Amino acid sequence: MICENWIRFILIQNRAGKTRLAKWYMQFDDDEKQKLIEEVHAVVTVRDAKHTNFVEVFICGLTCYTLFPLQFRNFKIIYRRYAGLYFCICVDVTDNNLAYLEAIHNFVEVLNEYFHNVCELDLVFNFYKVYTVVDEMFLAGEIRETSQTKVLKQLLMLQSLE
Amino acid sequence: MSLSIFLITDTVMTPSVRLQEMIRVIRSARTQGEERGIIQRECADIRSQFRQGDNGERSHSLAKLLYVHMLGYPAHFGQMECVRLIASPRYSEKRIGYLGAMMLLDENQDASLLITNSIKNDLSHSSQYVQSLALCTLACMGSAEMCRDLAPEIERLLRASHSYIKKKATLCAVHIIRKVPELAELFTPSARTLLSEKNHGVLHGAVVLITELCERNPDTLVQFRKAVPELVQIMKGLVTSSYSPEHNVAGISDPFLQVRILRLLRILGHNNDTASDAMNDLLAQVATNTDSSKTAGSAVLYETVLTIMDINSESGLRVLAVNILGRFLLNNDRNIRYISMTSLQKIVQTDHNAVQRHRGTIVDCLKDQDTSVKRRALELSLALVSAVNIRSMMKELLIFLSVCPPELRSQTASGIFNAAERYSPSKRWHIDTILHVLTTAGGDVRDETVPNLIQLITTASELHCYTVHKLYRALIKDIAQQSLVQVACWCIGEYGDLLLKGECEEIEPVQVTEDDILDALETVLQSHMSSPATRGFALTATMKLSTRITDNVDRIRSIVSIYGSCIDLELQQRAVEYNALFKKYDHMRAAVLERMPVMDKNSPGHTNGDTSGEIKEPDTSKPKPVEAGLLSEPASQVIITGYSEMQKHCCVYVHVVPTVSVYEKNGLSLKIQCDKQTETEVTVTLIASNSTQNDITNFTLQAAVPKSVQLQMKAPSGNVIPAHGLGQVTQTVLLNNPNKASLPCFRFVQLSFLLN
Repeated sequence: MICENWIRFILIQNRAGKTRLAKWYMQFDDDEKQKLIEEVHAVVTVRDAKHTNFVEVFICGLTCYTLFPLQFRNFKIIYRRYAGLYFCICVDVTDNNLAYLEAIHNFVEVLNEYFHNVCELDLVFNFYKVYTVVDEMFLAGEIRETSQTKVLKQLLMLQSLE
Repeated sequence: MSLSIFLITDTVMTPSVRLQEMIRVIRSARTQGEERGIIQRECADIRSQFRQGDNGERSHSLAKLLYVHMLGYPAHFGQMECVRLIASPRYSEKRIGYLGAMMLLDENQDASLLITNSIKNDLSHSSQYVQSLALCTLACMGSAEMCRDLAPEIERLLRASHSYIKKKATLCAVHIIRKVPELAELFTPSARTLLSEKNHGVLHGAVVLITELCERNPDTLVQFRKAVPELVQIMKGLVTSSYSPEHNVAGISDPFLQVRILRLLRILGHNNDTASDAMNDLLAQVATNTDSSKTAGSAVLYETVLTIMDINSESGLRVLAVNILGRFLLNNDRNIRYISMTSLQKIVQTDHNAVQRHRGTIVDCLKDQDTSVKRRALELSLALVSAVNIRSMMKELLIFLSVCPPELRSQTASGIFNAAERYSPSKRWHIDTILHVLTTAGGDVRDETVPNLIQLITTASELHCYTVHKLYRALIKDIAQQSLVQVACWCIGEYGDLLLKGECEEIEPVQVTEDDILDALETVLQSHMSSPATRGFALTATMKLSTRITDNVDRIRSIVSIYGSCIDLELQQRAVEYNALFKKYDHMRAAVLERMPVMDKNSPGHTNGDTSGEIKEPDTSKPKPVEAGLLSEPASQVIITGYSEMQKHCCVYVHVVPTVSVYEKNGLSLKIQCDKQTETEVTVTLIASNSTQNDITNFTLQAAVPKSVQLQMKAPSGNVIPAHGLGQVTQTVLLNNPNKASLPCFRFVQLSFLLN
C-alpha cells in the first residue's frame, strides 16, 4: 500500500489571482500549471470564515474541479489566508490536514521574521528570496526544517554569501 | 539588523536597481495590454543581454526573466542560461542558475540533462551551501536518469557530512526513491543509522526516508520493525521533554516530527501484534498527555487516533481514540469537527457502538454552515441509522432535506429511502416518509422510486384507503413534482372507489365526488408542467376509473376520445385503444380494468426501473412501444387493442393473453394460446376453426413482428379447415425476444383465406 502523503505544490496568491510563489513538487506541463493556478484561485477565494480551511478537489491532467462526486476525490487544498494573500498547500486526501495548517503558519512566521513584518510587496520585490525560504523549510514535497530559529540562522548565512 | 534586506546582491548597484525598477514599472502598468508591452520590451532586452553580456549581467537578467515567468509569460529562452550560470564559480550566479533550473526546467526539457554534471561537481564542493543548492535542485526536478547517475553521491552524503547537508540529502534520497524505486536498497543501511541522530531536522528526514522505504518494499518493512522500540523511545522523549524553544509550537515539542513518527509507527504496527504491543503504552500516553487546545496538539492527537485505529490495538485504546474523536466533535474550530467526522466515517462500520454515542453531536453538525461539513455529517448520520433510532433520525433527516443545499438533495433522498426500507417500523410510516420526501424533493429522487413506491403500496393492502386519500390531497395541492403526481394518479386510478367512499379510519373524512377526482386528473392531463409520462399515467388512471365510478362514465369517454387526436404519439395510441375498449370491446372492459394483483418485488418486470414506465399490468393498457417501460414480458400478458379489417385480410394487433379469441367473423374463428417458456421466448399456438357450412381452403397465416423479436413459424397442420367445427388447423409460432427489449410483442397477424 503506497500512501502518497507528500506535498504536490505550494502556492501563494493574492486575492486578485496573481501568483507570488509557485513551487511544484510534481510534474505538470506549463499550461497545466497555469490552469491549476487559476482553478485553485477560483476555489479558494470564494470561501470565508464560515468554511473550513480544507477543500477537496479532483485533479486530472489539465484541470482541478471542486469535488462533488465522492469517488473523484484525490487531492485536497489546505489554505490559510493572511491579509490579502492565500497560502495554499496541495496534498493527498488521506493526509493530516492540521499538521499542514501548522506548517503554513510556521512558514509565514519565518517570513515575518526574515522580512521584518512582511507584507505583500516584500514578497514581490524579493521573490527569489522567498524561494530560498521555501527551500529551507520544504524539500521534495516534505517538511524539512521546522525550527524557526535554525531556518533564520541559515537564511542570514546565505544572505551574507551573496 | 545590520544587513539590509531588499537589495539583491553584489557591490554593483545598477543591475540590482534594474530588477527592482523593472518590477516597479511592470506593476505600474494599468492595463493588461500595457503590461504585455512592457514585458515584451524587457524580454527583448534580456535576450540581448544573454547573447552578449558577461556572467554578472546574465544573472540579473535571468532574475528578471524569472519574475516575468512568475507572472505567467513564456520564458523558454532562459533555459540554457540556467545551465551556463550553474557552471559558474560564483555563488550568487550559481544560486540564480539553480533557481532558474527549478523554475524553468523539468524532466521533459532536454536542457535538464546538461546540468547533471554540474550538480555532480557541486555535490562535492567544499562549501556546504553550494552542496545544498545542488541537493535542493536535484530533489526538486531531478529526472529518473539524473537520479540514477547521482544516487551514489547522495548516499555518500547521507553518511559523511554535516547535519545541514544530511537533512537535505535524506529528502533528496526520498525523491530519488520516488522516481526510481529500484534504488531503494541503496539507501536502506544508511537510513537505519540515521535514527540515532539528535538533530531534529535530520531525524525528521530520516523518518520520512524510512517511511518511504517501508511503503515500497515489504521486506524492508519487516527489517525496520526492529526499530520500533527506538522510535518509541524518541517519541517518549519528545512528549515528556521539558520546554525546548527551538522546535516548540504552541507548547508541543516538534509536532511535525511527532506526526511523522506516529505515521511510521502506524505502518510498522499494521497487522503485526508484536509491534503493536510495543507501541500501546506510548500511544496511550500521547493520547492522554497532549494538550489539544491549539491546532498543533490536535494535529498530533489526530495522527495518534489514526494510528490506533490502524494497528492491532487493544480495545481500551480504541475506545480512547473514539472518545478523542468525540471530543473533537465538540470543538469550536470547524476544521477539527470536519476531520473528526472524516475519521469517524472510516470506523463507523467496525466500531459502530462507540460512534453511536456521539450521534447527537453529529446530527447537530447537519446545521453547520459549511457544505463540506454538512456532507460529512450527512454520510455519518446515514451510517448511524438503526432500528432503534429510526424515528428520531428520520425526523432530523427530513428537516435537513427541506433546508439542505441542492447538491446534497439527491444523496439525502436516496439515503432516506434506503434507511426507510431497512428499518421502517411500520408500512404506514414507510409510505408517509416516502410521500414526505416526494413532496419536499421530488425532483431529485432517483427514477426507480416511482415503481418501488407503487409496489410498496400494493403490498400494504390495509392501507390502500389511507394512501389514496393522502395522495389525493397532495395532488390537489400541487402538481409540479412529477414523481408524486405519477404515484398519485396511479393510486387514484387503482383505488378510486375507496376514495369516493369518503371515510377512512386514520384520516379525517372528506367528501370527494367523482367530478372532483376527474377534475384533478384532467388538470394533470392538461397542465404544461406534466411530463409526457405523467400524462400517460393520468390518462390510464382516468380510464381505469370508468369501472370504478358510476355516474360520470360519459365524461371519461369524452376525455379519452379527445386524446385520440393528441399530438403526442404515446397518448394518442393509448387513447385510441381505450376508445376501442369502450366501443368494440366493452364486454371486456371490466375484466381488463380490474384491480391489479400484488406485485412481487423481484419480478423481471420490475428491474427495468426506468422513468415512468407503466407498471406491469397484466390486463390493461397497451405497453409503450418506445420507452423501456416495466413491461418487459413479451407475449404472455397481452391484450387485443385494436382491430381494423380489410376485406378478407384482417390485421390484428395482438397482445396475447393465455387463450383468447382473436378473430370471429363469418364463422371463422381464430384463437391464440400462448405459453411463456423463458424470459425471452414464447410459444404461441394459433388455432383456427370453422363453423360455417363449407370448408375453408387455402388457409394461410402470416405473422409479422417488430425487428427486435425473432419469429419462427412451424408448419401448419393443414390448410383446410373443415366445416361445422369438425376440425381445427393449428400452427405453432416461436417468438424470441433476445434483448429482452421491453418492446412488448406486437404481433401483426395476417390471415388470408378463401371461403368457398
